[in-house]
Amino acid sequence: MTIADETIDYIGILAKLELSDEEKEQAKKDMSTMLEYVSKLNELDTEGVDPMSHTFDVHNVFREDIVTNGDDRANMILNAPESKDGCYKVPKTFG
Amino acid sequence: MSKVYETVIGLEVHVELATKTKIFCGCSTEFGGAPNTHTCPVCTGMPGSLPVLNKGVVEKAIAVGLATNCTITQNCKFDRKNYFYPDNPQNYQISQLYYPICRNGKVEIEVNGQKKEIGIHEIHMEEDAGKLVHDACDGASLVDYNRSGVPLIEIVSEPDMRSAEEVIAYLDKLRLIIQYLGASDCKLNEGSMRADVNLSVCEVGAKEFGTRTEMKNLNSFKAIARAIENERERQIALIEDGKEVVQETRRWDDTKGYSYAMRSKEDAQDYRYFPDPDLVSIQISDAWIEEIRGKQPELRAEKQARYKEEYDIPEYDIDILTSSKKMADLFEETIALGAAPKKVSNWLMVETMRLLKEHEMEADELAFSATNLAKLIQLVESKAINGTVAKEVFEKVFAEDIDPEKYVEEHGLKTVNDEGALRKVVEEVIAANPQSVADYRNGKEKAIGFLVGQTMKAMKGKADPGSVNQMLKELL
Repeated sequence: MTIADETIDYIGILAKLELSDEEKEQAKKDMSTMLEYVSKLNELDTEGVDPMSHTFDVHNVFREDIVTNGDDRANMILNAPESKDGCYKVPKTFG
Repeated sequence: MSKVYETVIGLEVHVELATKTKIFCGCSTEFGGAPNTHTCPVCTGMPGSLPVLNKGVVEKAIAVGLATNCTITQNCKFDRKNYFYPDNPQNYQISQLYYPICRNGKVEIEVNGQKKEIGIHEIHMEEDAGKLVHDACDGASLVDYNRSGVPLIEIVSEPDMRSAEEVIAYLDKLRLIIQYLGASDCKLNEGSMRADVNLSVCEVGAKEFGTRTEMKNLNSFKAIARAIENERERQIALIEDGKEVVQETRRWDDTKGYSYAMRSKEDAQDYRYFPDPDLVSIQISDAWIEEIRGKQPELRAEKQARYKEEYDIPEYDIDILTSSKKMADLFEETIALGAAPKKVSNWLMVETMRLLKEHEMEADELAFSATNLAKLIQLVESKAINGTVAKEVFEKVFAEDIDPEKYVEEHGLKTVNDEGALRKVVEEVIAANPQSVADYRNGKEKAIGFLVGQTMKAMKGKADPGSVNQMLKELL
């Protein structure tokens, strides 16, 4: 299965990755191998089989609407590479 | 001859549901907490954390769907909408694309006496994003995830509206339905109700709609009306110039009165939706739907009919009293405390409406209690204070929810019911105004008004005008 250059460029944009020409070639090869592997599934006859979104046959897993979490900011903020005034600090972004 | 254009409008309305906790975790949804104090690994998108659906969200979404005549999707699922933005910590938003919880609804609106149905394409459940604050001194952005994971429903209408008036009537209808259900407070200015306007223009009678744009950042009914008018003109000007309308998302700047394109065409808008594997499907049984239908509170139309029957007040008054859930609640609570319905209605219709207008407030923002309004009405009924004093005291109740009994006591505003004291003042007024007295005695009935006024002034407003009038007549 061959992957077109445009496809790799487009996926690069979606994934916010800047790929060098060598990396693009490598990515094309890797992706092609993956798709070929998964395409095995296309050989199955799925006529009359409902699409499945979960491997377990369970449904209606709910929580009651009760507050269980308190203020854990000090710990949560430790996950941030940078923080300021109790907020996660990120590169300047406009909404 | 210039062409005649028609405006075609569809709305996407986001409503924050009034649950205590977020949609997928046990964090509080309370507004106004210090940044990131209502967060956990789930709503900050930490790897390995797992979402668990809040049952209250499903119930509120079903309630809104039933009240807007939708079909409930009895087997529904969540999907992931993928995009990168710092306010979205998972790099995807959990939303519903393939099986939204409600479909094919409608609501009826009325504009200038014309009734019209607006179709609802679907209602889906999703999570809100965090909030970005731009930090000027560091040239960085700061993220607060307190809103991340707050439950939303998005109500997508059919492109059935043709004017700003219809849009506002539709939004008002939704707001009232949802407020009465208690599913949300629906405040446009605080963002608990947000409307995105999809608008296109085409020549009247055209078979196909024109290319549409989506307008964001509309925070008030006025802004919505202005943005619609502006976008209609902008699209017509493009078409008349032989240019094309580009399908894009635009942002409205209400202070400057114009919109600008938010994203350039080159930016990929490919959300790559797929079913969320962390969440299992929701099976909604007939019994569950009926249980929610059974718990549905009285909606506006039912309330209007009941007020007419129970309270015997004019239809116009009923319309205003029920135009906000807050106002209707105050009305009923004050009556429950023993006040006469007509008196309560009068205070709400006249003084309350006047002060709301004066302070440029919405009825939803009323902050005084039924208890204090009932006390005030009682003070007037028992003639402990007169009408003028009552209005002054009410301003205090309206602004600060003071206890009127205490206030009247502390400020010595009680009507002087001491007949001796009143008689003394009336005698003084008669002695001091011989001209008016002579006029009255010569048949000029109106002269008594001046004397009542002088007496009230001498009493510093603390007399009952009726009693003053009576005593003057007696003494003259």
